Amino acid sequence: MSTSMKTKYWKENLKYLGILLFIWFIASFGFGIIWVEELNSIKLGGFKLGFWFAQQGSIYVFVVLIFAYILLMNRLDKKYNFDK
Amino acid sequence: MDLKTWTWVLVGITFSIYIGIAIWSRAGSTKEFYIAGGGVSPLVNGLATAADWMSAASFISMAGLISFSGYDGSVYLMGWTGGYVLLALLLAPYLRKFGKFTVPDFIGDRYYSNVARSVAVVCALLVSFTYVAGQMRGVGLVFSRFLEVDINTGVIIGMIIVLFYAVLGGMKGITYTQVAQYCVLIFAFMVPAIFISIQMTGNPIPQIGFGGYDSEGVSLLEKLDSLHRDLGFAAYTSGSKSKLDVFFITAALMVGTAGLPHVIVRFFTVKKVSDARKSAGWALLLIAILYTTAPAIAVFSRINLIETVSNKDYEDLPSWFKNWEDTGLISFNDKNSDGKVQYVADPKVNELIVDKDIMVLANPEIAQLPNWVIALVAAGALAAALSTAAGLLLVISASVSHDLIKKMVKPDISEKGELIAARLAAVFAVSVAGYFGINPPDFVAATVALAFGLAAASFFPAIILGIFYKRMNKEGAISGMIAGILLMLFYMLKFKFDWFGGGTEREWWFGVSPEGFGTVAMIVNFGVSIVISKFTPAPPKNVQEIVESIRIPSGAGEAINH
Repeated sequence: MSTSMKTKYWKENLKYLGILLFIWFIASFGFGIIWVEELNSIKLGGFKLGFWFAQQGSIYVFVVLIFAYILLMNRLDKKYNFDK
Repeated sequence: MDLKTWTWVLVGITFSIYIGIAIWSRAGSTKEFYIAGGGVSPLVNGLATAADWMSAASFISMAGLISFSGYDGSVYLMGWTGGYVLLALLLAPYLRKFGKFTVPDFIGDRYYSNVARSVAVVCALLVSFTYVAGQMRGVGLVFSRFLEVDINTGVIIGMIIVLFYAVLGGMKGITYTQVAQYCVLIFAFMVPAIFISIQMTGNPIPQIGFGGYDSEGVSLLEKLDSLHRDLGFAAYTSGSKSKLDVFFITAALMVGTAGLPHVIVRFFTVKKVSDARKSAGWALLLIAILYTTAPAIAVFSRINLIETVSNKDYEDLPSWFKNWEDTGLISFNDKNSDGKVQYVADPKVNELIVDKDIMVLANPEIAQLPNWVIALVAAGALAAALSTAAGLLLVISASVSHDLIKKMVKPDISEKGELIAARLAAVFAVSVAGYFGINPPDFVAATVALAFGLAAASFFPAIILGIFYKRMNKEGAISGMIAGILLMLFYMLKFKFDWFGGGTEREWWFGVSPEGFGTVAMIVNFGVSIVISKFTPAPPKNVQEIVESIRIPSGAGEAINH
């Protein structure tokens, strides 16, 4: 495999990491901590939304993020033939 | 059957399973001892990682902590799960590709220096020992309350069990016992939660139930907020910590989680890089089941506790209250001699002190669930404590036999000799852990936070920079780790143990508590590492090639013991 292929693969990987970690930050530190009071004025059933994100929603987002990452990376590995 | 018989039966069955697995999966080589032979499937590794990670603190203490701190307890929920995202995206695949046995292995090779390796060994030992003492204490607690044996006898029984399968089976034995332990602990955690959720809200799913409504149509959380208001506590759903501190503690726990050696090392046991990613996904999914249930249990048990005891006649309280009073974990002092329990925020009027650690254990009794459910919780708590203790003991034993003896003191040691050294180190580690379980230093609770802070301040930046910043050299990494650890130790000692003149909450730097200071120390580590590396020579060519190679998933060979 050529060096340029490796560099391209790494850049795409970094792009995915950037996007996923941005969502990670917003769902936990953003919705669960920084904007928690604002979101608490919205109700989700018997939950205040900010509180729900801090104790439930953020965790669901984390799980989805890792599985999204697995999918994206498996596709990327295949594209560059690094899955062997 | 009565509770004690049920507990003996369930604990007996689960312990026999663990011992049976240990005999079946003995380790014959160092590779089996350190990384279970390297061919563990992603699902099995996910199960084992989940059990490894969920300790006595997660199982016994966390829901109780949240129950007493409400929204503030979110730091544990987000912190101890969000770290897995960092682990899966930033560490696990690359460390698996690197393909060695331990975290100090990576630090030592990537920074081409035995000084770096030694610093990493010291951090790994410090983190693991502080953590393991708490697990043994949890074992003793369960034994003394449910089996009515002396707390020290309980610790010793726990030690013998862990010793048996960790020493015999190493990572291989631990992996398969942890799979069994995950099943036991998650079942034990969920059954009472589902029962209570149905009891209180009519909904069998606790995650939805605690956002539900009681029989009078009042939302449970609103009801709890108003109970808290009446008794003078801060509203349950808003908490009382500053936003900045909540932010910093969450970050420190996340980064600390991603830097814990006993968790990282689990990712060395799978076959391929893509398996490392997959097992991180499984692990978090399996952990999330408990972590999303814990806040529900917290709310149910808080409401149940307040409604059962507040302003009730002491004489009429149910039997669980007196049972826990006997252990000293609940205490009642009738200050105004009216025979009723005044449970309020004001310490001058308050008559009831409840240890946070008992909420999960007492919860099924408070909700009047059948005896077998209560016994199940006891068996689950033991599974959680033993599985984590075993994982930590393995890190300690590998640090001594592999990183210290094989890599530094006596490189020509034979495979057989190293295996004997690993087993002896495990025996030694269990004994030390047992000693701390029997004679708990009163700083156990404080040191768990220290363990996370230290992991955040030392390993995390060194590993991240080692993967994502090719130019990082040994001078930078070593000075960064040392600066991070020393700063973290200084802050903890000053504000937790009153050294260096001590200090009160008002004097916290930037208003950050010692629990959250790991984040600051981590940032300092990053800063120092980068600045120092700019003024010192780039790492040698072959090290830069290592970095190139760990970024590409293909060709991840078997872990080699060179």
